[in-house]
Amino acid sequence: MRKKLVVAMLLAGGQGSRLGILTDKTAKPAVPFGGKYRIIDFPLSNCANSDIDTVGVLTQYEPLALNAYIGNGHAWDLDRNHGGVYVLPPYVKGKKGEWYSGTANAVYQNQEFADQYSPSHILILSGDHIYKMDYSKMLKFHIEKDADATIAVFKVPLEQANRFGIMKTDDEGRITEFEEKPANPKSDLASMGIYIFKWPLLKGCLGEDAKDPLSSGDFGRDIIPKLLRAGERVFAYRFAGYWRDVGTVTSLWEANMDLLGQPPVFNLYDKEWRIYSRSAALPPHYASASAKISDSVISEGSVIEGSVDHSVIFTGVHIGKGAVVTDSVVMQGARIKDGAVVRKSIIGERALIGEECIIGASPPESADGGSLTGGITIVGNDVAVQKGSCLPSGTAADQKTAAALCGRGVDLK
Amino acid sequence: MIGDTFGLIYTGESNMELRDLTHSRSVAAVPFGGRYRCIDFLLSCMVNSGIINVGVIAQKNYHSLMDHLGSGKEWDLNRKRDGLFILPPFMTRENTGIYKGTVDALRSCMGYIRRSPQRYILLTGSHVIYNTTYNKMAEQHITTGADITIMYSRNSAAEPDGQYDDLRLTLDETGRVTDLALNPYRPKSDAQSCDAFLMEKTLLEYLLEESVSHANYDFTRDILLKKTETLRMFGWEYKGYVARINSLESYFKHNMALLNRSVSEDLFNPEHPIYTKVKDEVPAYYAKGAAVSNSFVADGCIIEGEVENSVLFRGVRVAKGASVKNSILMQAAEVQEQCALDHVVLDKSVIIKRGRSLKGYDNFPIILRKGTVL
Repeated sequence: MRKKLVVAMLLAGGQGSRLGILTDKTAKPAVPFGGKYRIIDFPLSNCANSDIDTVGVLTQYEPLALNAYIGNGHAWDLDRNHGGVYVLPPYVKGKKGEWYSGTANAVYQNQEFADQYSPSHILILSGDHIYKMDYSKMLKFHIEKDADATIAVFKVPLEQANRFGIMKTDDEGRITEFEEKPANPKSDLASMGIYIFKWPLLKGCLGEDAKDPLSSGDFGRDIIPKLLRAGERVFAYRFAGYWRDVGTVTSLWEANMDLLGQPPVFNLYDKEWRIYSRSAALPPHYASASAKISDSVISEGSVIEGSVDHSVIFTGVHIGKGAVVTDSVVMQGARIKDGAVVRKSIIGERALIGEECIIGASPPESADGGSLTGGITIVGNDVAVQKGSCLPSGTAADQKTAAALCGRGVDLK
Repeated sequence: MIGDTFGLIYTGESNMELRDLTHSRSVAAVPFGGRYRCIDFLLSCMVNSGIINVGVIAQKNYHSLMDHLGSGKEWDLNRKRDGLFILPPFMTRENTGIYKGTVDALRSCMGYIRRSPQRYILLTGSHVIYNTTYNKMAEQHITTGADITIMYSRNSAAEPDGQYDDLRLTLDETGRVTDLALNPYRPKSDAQSCDAFLMEKTLLEYLLEESVSHANYDFTRDILLKKTETLRMFGWEYKGYVARINSLESYFKHNMALLNRSVSEDLFNPEHPIYTKVKDEVPAYYAKGAAVSNSFVADGCIIEGEVENSVLFRGVRVAKGASVKNSILMQAAEVQEQCALDHVVLDKSVIIKRGRSLKGYDNFPIILRKGTVL
C-alpha cells in the first residue's frame, strides 16, 4: 500500500467521569458543544483542514453514539479511497483481549492500523479539546527540527501551571525537562496533549513500555519522560490560539460561553477553517413575535418564543412563551415550557423542563461555587422535570436525583 | 407500487414573472425558505416516498443547479443501483441542444427513460413546492385504473397577472378529469394542477413519440389538453400547503407564509424532512441589542440590528442600527449600519451600504439581483 507521511490517532476512549451525568451514556468526545457540534468535530475538522486524511479513532467507553456519529466520515470529508476515518475499539488478539490501560497503550494495541500506511510520523490527538489548529504547521516544525517527538504547548499563567504537564525548553525549543503537574513549576509552557512522533521510534518505545509492569501506559506520564531520559530529540511546538480542555462541567460551560460576545473569545465564523459536523436536516430556526434574544447562539430547527440571554441554544430546541433562559447551554431537542426559568445551567439532550420550573434557583448558603459542578445546574439527557419544580443551583438532576430534589417526581418523557 | 416508480423533474421552465430571481439560475435552483432550493422539496418528497431513481432535466442556467445537487448524497441518491441522474441538453444529429418544448426535452432523455427499470414514472416540473409523499397518489392510480393521475390542490384564487402554467382540472364525481384548461382567464374550477403526473413509463414513451411525429412539442398543450377524452386521467387531491413559485410576488408571499407556524410545520414536517446541500455554517449569533421577532433565521447569520417578519438565509449579516422588515435576505447578504429595508428581496451576496433605505410593497417587493452593491 502507498506510504503516508502522517497518520493521526485520536484518543476518544475517555469516560469523562468529571462531566458527571452528561457522560452517563456517551463517551466524552460525543458530548455536544456549541449549538450543533460534538467535541470530536474539532479534532476531526482540524485533521480535514490540515490535509491529514487518515485518522484512527480509539474508543472503548460507550462507543455506540460515537460510532453512529462518525459513520463513514463523510461529514468531515474523511471518506477517502486511501485512508479516511476508522473507529478502533479494543479487540481480542490471539487468546487474550484487553482493554486500553492508557493512552499510549491504546496506540500500542492498534499499531497494525498505523502500519498499514507505513507512516513516517504519527500524530496523537485527544478527543476532549476545543480548538482550531493547523497540524500541518506543527508537522512541518517537527520535520524541520528532525525531532523524534514534538509536543504542542501553550503558555499558561504561572499560578495555573501546576494543573498541567510543564515543559522547560532551551533556546532552540528542545525540551530539557518535563514535569507532570509540578508543585513548583519552573516554566509556563503547558502540554496540550497533542504529540507528533517518528512512528518507527514510537513503535519501539511502545513495545518496551507494554512490557513494563510499572508503567501506566500513558503518553504524558510514561512515554515522554522515557524519551527524555533516553536523550531523544523532543521539541516543544508553541501554539498561540484558543485551546480548552473541556473535561469538567465548569470548563464545558465556560467554553460554550466563549462563543458569545463580539468578537467572541473563540471565533467559529471563519470560512477558511470551518468546523464540520454531521447535520440533521432541519429548517432554519424561528424566533416568534414574543421572542427576545440577545448575546446568544441559536441553531437550526429551534423555535424561540421566550427570552434568551447569553446562552447557547442547540438544534431543535423549543423555548416556550414567557420562559427565561440566561447563561445556559440548552442541548439538542430539549424543551423548555412556558414560564420556566433556566439560569446558569446545562440542559441535556431531549430534556423536558416543565411549565414554571426554576432551574438554577439561588443556592442555599451552604452550596457555593465549590460544589462538584461549580455552581452550574445540570439536567441530564432525557430527564423530564415536572411542572413547577425547583432545582437549586449546582445540582445535577438525572432521573433519580431530580425526583428527590424537586419532590414532585420525574420520569422519562 | 411507488417503489416501482422513478421520478423525472423538468427544470427548464422559463417564467419572466420571476424577474431577477431567475436571472442566473433555473426556477429549480431558486432559494426558498431560509436554506433550501425549490428542487429540494420535490427531491425530498420523492426520496421520502421511497423513490430511488430520479432524473433531473436541466436546460437553462443549470450551473447553479448542478452545483447544488452534486452527487445527490444529501438526498441519499448517490447509489450504485439507480440514484440521481442529471440530464443536461446535448447536441446530436437530430437534436440541437435547444429544446422546442417539454416533449422535446423529455424525448432527449429517452435513453434514461428506457434504461430505468421501474414500471411507472412520476413526471414533475420544478416550480411547485409542497411536502408530502406520493404513496397515496400511487395507490389511487392503481385503484382507479387511471392512465395518468394528476396531483392537484384546491385554489380558488385566479391570478391573471402572475399566471404561469395554471392548469385547471374539471373532475366528475369519480375523480376523472373531464376537462383541462390552461391559463384560463376566469378559471371554472378551483382544482389546480401541482405539476406532478403519474403514469406508466410505456405510455409516456408512446405519447412522446406520437406527439413528436406530429410536430407537437408541449406536454401540457399538445398531449394533456387534447387527450382528456381518450385517456383516463384522474385527479389526486393534495390538501396540504402548496406554494406555486410563478411570480416574484408569489415567491414573496410564500416565503412570508413560513412565518405562520401552521405553514412551516406543514412544509417542514419532521416525519418527512426536507434535505438540502449541507454548508457547515456556524449557528446564528444574536448580539446584545439585537431585536428579532417573527422571523425565520438560518445558520451562519450574525444579527446586531432589528429584524421583523423576515426570512434570513445562511450567513446573512444585519449590522447595528439597521432595520429589516418584511424582507427576504438570501445567503451571505449584508445589511450595514443604519439601513432600513421593507418589503425587499436581496438575492445572494447583495450588500446594502451604510445608511441606504429601500421600501417596496406587498404586491410589489423590490428585488436586488445577485451580487448587487447598493
